[in-house]
Amino acid sequence: MSKKPVQFTHNGSAKALFVNGGENLLEMLRRGVGDLSPKYGCGQGTCGSCTVIIDGEPHLSCLTLAETVEGRDIQTTGGLGAGENLHPLQKEFMEGFAAQCGFCSPGMLMAAKSLLDRNPNPTRDEVIEAISGNMCRCTGYNAIIEAILRAASQLQGRAV
Amino acid sequence: MSSMEFRKEYFADERDDNLNEIGKPTIRQDILGHVTGRSPYYDDHLFDGLLHMRCVRSPHEHARIRSIDTSAAEQMEGVIRVVKPDDVPNNLNTLLSLINFGRDDEALLQGTKVAYVGEAIVAIIAETELQARAAVKKVRVEYEVLPHVLDPEEAMKPGAPVVSEVYPNNTFDYHDLYDHQKLRFGDTEKAFQEADHIIEGKYQLSPIEQAPIETGGAIAAPETNNRYVCYTGTQALFFSLGTTAKLLDMPSSRLHFIGGTVGGGFGGKVDSLHEPLAVLGAHLTGRPVKFCFDRQEEMQVGAPRGAERWYIKDGVMNDGTIIARQFTGIFDAGAYSRLSPYAIVKGTGHLPGPYTIPNVSSNVYCVYTNRTPATAMRGFGITGVDFAIEAHMDKVAVAVNMHPIELRIKNAYRDGDMKAHRRFAKNTALIECCQVAAEKAGVRLSPEMLAASSLQGGGEGYRRDIPETVTDQMGKIGERRRSEISIHPGEGATTKGRVAAGVGSGSSIAVPAQDADMVMESGRNGYRGPDTGLNPDKPSNGHATQASTPPAPQPTYQPPQAPQPTQAAPQPPTPPQQPAAPQTPAQAAPYVPDKPFDKGVRRPGVSRFLSGSRRR
Amino acid sequence: MIDVQTFNTLGEATQAVSSGGRYYGGGTLVMRAINYCAEDGLDRVVRVLDPSLKEIRMDGNRLVLGAGITMSELIKNRDAEFLSNVARAVGGPAIRSAATIGGNLFAPHPYGDFATALLALDAQVITADGSQQALDVFLTSRDHFSGIVKAVSLVVPDRGAFRFKKVSRVKPKGVSVMSIAAHLPQSAGRISNAKIAFGAMGPTPVLANAAARALEGASLDEATADRAGAELKNDLRPHDDPIATAWYRLEVAPIHLKRLLLEGGQ
Repeated sequence: MSKKPVQFTHNGSAKALFVNGGENLLEMLRRGVGDLSPKYGCGQGTCGSCTVIIDGEPHLSCLTLAETVEGRDIQTTGGLGAGENLHPLQKEFMEGFAAQCGFCSPGMLMAAKSLLDRNPNPTRDEVIEAISGNMCRCTGYNAIIEAILRAASQLQGRAV
Repeated sequence: MSSMEFRKEYFADERDDNLNEIGKPTIRQDILGHVTGRSPYYDDHLFDGLLHMRCVRSPHEHARIRSIDTSAAEQMEGVIRVVKPDDVPNNLNTLLSLINFGRDDEALLQGTKVAYVGEAIVAIIAETELQARAAVKKVRVEYEVLPHVLDPEEAMKPGAPVVSEVYPNNTFDYHDLYDHQKLRFGDTEKAFQEADHIIEGKYQLSPIEQAPIETGGAIAAPETNNRYVCYTGTQALFFSLGTTAKLLDMPSSRLHFIGGTVGGGFGGKVDSLHEPLAVLGAHLTGRPVKFCFDRQEEMQVGAPRGAERWYIKDGVMNDGTIIARQFTGIFDAGAYSRLSPYAIVKGTGHLPGPYTIPNVSSNVYCVYTNRTPATAMRGFGITGVDFAIEAHMDKVAVAVNMHPIELRIKNAYRDGDMKAHRRFAKNTALIECCQVAAEKAGVRLSPEMLAASSLQGGGEGYRRDIPETVTDQMGKIGERRRSEISIHPGEGATTKGRVAAGVGSGSSIAVPAQDADMVMESGRNGYRGPDTGLNPDKPSNGHATQASTPPAPQPTYQPPQAPQPTQAAPQPPTPPQQPAAPQTPAQAAPYVPDKPFDKGVRRPGVSRFLSGSRRR
Repeated sequence: MIDVQTFNTLGEATQAVSSGGRYYGGGTLVMRAINYCAEDGLDRVVRVLDPSLKEIRMDGNRLVLGAGITMSELIKNRDAEFLSNVARAVGGPAIRSAATIGGNLFAPHPYGDFATALLALDAQVITADGSQQALDVFLTSRDHFSGIVKAVSLVVPDRGAFRFKKVSRVKPKGVSVMSIAAHLPQSAGRISNAKIAFGAMGPTPVLANAAARALEGASLDEATADRAGAELKNDLRPHDDPIATAWYRLEVAPIHLKRLLLEGGQ
């Protein structure tokens, strides 16, 4: 029951490390890679705060066996944007008060990004559906939905 | 961005509209960290050699622990240390002991008798979380299952199982005298006889879990200076610090607590359950230790808003005026006190809600049951009774055939009214809220209701007065457990007392400062109240007693529009309950600590630091 | 620590599972069990990379769906369009990227909405050793199954003959108070060989046979729907759980069935 090597792409850069048997992807990203943006909220797939994007699809990292990401491409909020180069989603979350305690935000942003990557012009209902697996306990969802819709408009080059 | 609507026509002369932040949209100062995933929550600090702690928890509501066998767990792969109740230096505490409220009733790790499902008994520290979980399953605890009680009214009855020996009557002791918090204002019994309608209701709330998305937890690690650093998700950093110092019998100067970034709390992260165990783990192993709830524990073991039951009885006139309101409140504290007894004191101060009612009485009980201990949640002590009051207002409206909004405006408190806890109401705005709500809901109010204002009519006639008040001595500590007596205020009382109108029966007690340096000059904080005798230049015994205090002058209300720069009105007397509990005079002798102050750095240069360098 | 074994063929994996390994499909059930140390003896996990698990093909008049197909893959597939609403009812988008058809057959109460739909469609379970079993029989003994489900097969229903509804308190994603699937083949306006299945109304998804019999030979009108609803008390044995009490579930089941029959699915 030795450790297993895993190679994958993490926010655009190649990574290789060893994982313990049974270790989940959330643990690997946080303790192994040192990317602390995905959060533990439940460990059972109900809260969505550990959501990451694997090969373009949203996944719950706490329910993903770490070694199954061999050769795959992982994106997290840690790689979304920083400093001056924020993603429109991040800007809209900031300006639209779409986060209060901030704990759900990294997962929420990944759920939103995977929607906008596939569907750049979503309806309000599609936005609601896309974040339906992500719980927020502080802000309420409306500010989040509005922020995602405004970010979509921005990405489309439309005036907000 | 803001969908907020400002109704600036109200209270315009009480407000400054030229403020830089208030009333204007602003961006949170911490939000850049939130949207980039870089806000440092307690678990976002990486330590080499981090150990994980998991607890063995009671599967029973109530059971005596016959034996604990950890030998198999100690042999499990990865297990570093098994922490038992005896390893906790001072294994009994109550949260509010930090403000001298209540008796120590709860162990950090329970070794003799568990009183709720999920109570922690033993903690296992292992290299990985999964190893700690596997070892937890190997601990053998032998229980003698005891009868349990889950309903608070059952728990108050004679013969109900004793939840905690610290409170053998299953009720918190208020003021060393009663098994409940009393409030008496006027004479509800007499007013009920005069009322056109008596309207009664019973309201109940189930426990509510705060359910923060970040589960509660803490990481502690030894530092190089004989101190421990503790990163925690607590909402109450200094509570957690003080609680840890007390339970671990360790000077707080050795505890370096870092909090502030909390992944949602809503009141559920004030109980300081994680920090003492994490620090103890770091102390016993010399390594960084993380102790946190998983989601299941957050829901089952994490303290919720407690269950409450309220009985309300109103005496109402045909025109909708409520002339009397009687409350009987029962808080289900669960197995231990935590913050429930204090919530009741706070809630009692809120009665009878935002209404001016000349006769109010209330008995509120803090009852121990074999359920998960309850704690704070948004609107702590108030939310439950507000739900009951507002549901009851609707019931009253139906009985007197009034629109519920008009009934509220009619009975609403106004600036200058005397409240049942003997303070003047000020900055009231219920009438205006009702008027705007009616407008938004398309409800047409009568001209009289539309013309009402919180600024007018308050403090007129009876509204200003503390009425003559009837008292009783029902419900002394332990009385109810010997033979069943009524839970409702004054019911069945054979002897009644009377306190003259305008006079509070209690007295304001002030403990003299221990050190002249600690005395705050009145005026520096904007307070312009009467001399409390705290000024060290004027010798005083520091407290007033009922016998020595002349009746307070009839208080007068000073409207906020006309502040008096010199001497404000004398404060009304402040009897939080009545009759007054016997109070011990404050110690005249200066404070001498029973142990010398320990700064925690005993051996400079000697490191207890074995591992745990921070990588980030 | 947990030993993770990865195989290229179903044959090897089946052997590893029959000797006590826990099969890892999409991970939503197994990882929860690992994270919470919730199953005794869970010390070996078996993965298989066999591409046949992802197949969607026609076999005669039967549609064969590989057990490893995820809910989001199914939603995109046009051959299985009649099931896309069902797949959308499973979890949120991130769960659907992982959760598989095969795994849903093992999802404990109150999960298993997809299996409920398959039950109404009279699906057959095809195991890796090649044997086949009707889904209702399979579900009753699923706790003792020690092989690997390779695929499910079913006859594609006539257009409009299949209906599905998930009842939950939170929208759009909530745990089932119940899910209802109905296959209502009609000839000349009369129903024949109807099948109704309920999820979250017992330990596993169950068929409501008495209710289905009440529809036999009838047309879909209010009286028929009421008759079928009245039979549900004979078909269903729900439990209390944090989502709803057994009493509530039984009480509202006829109403939701009636809506499904008269107004169609979601």
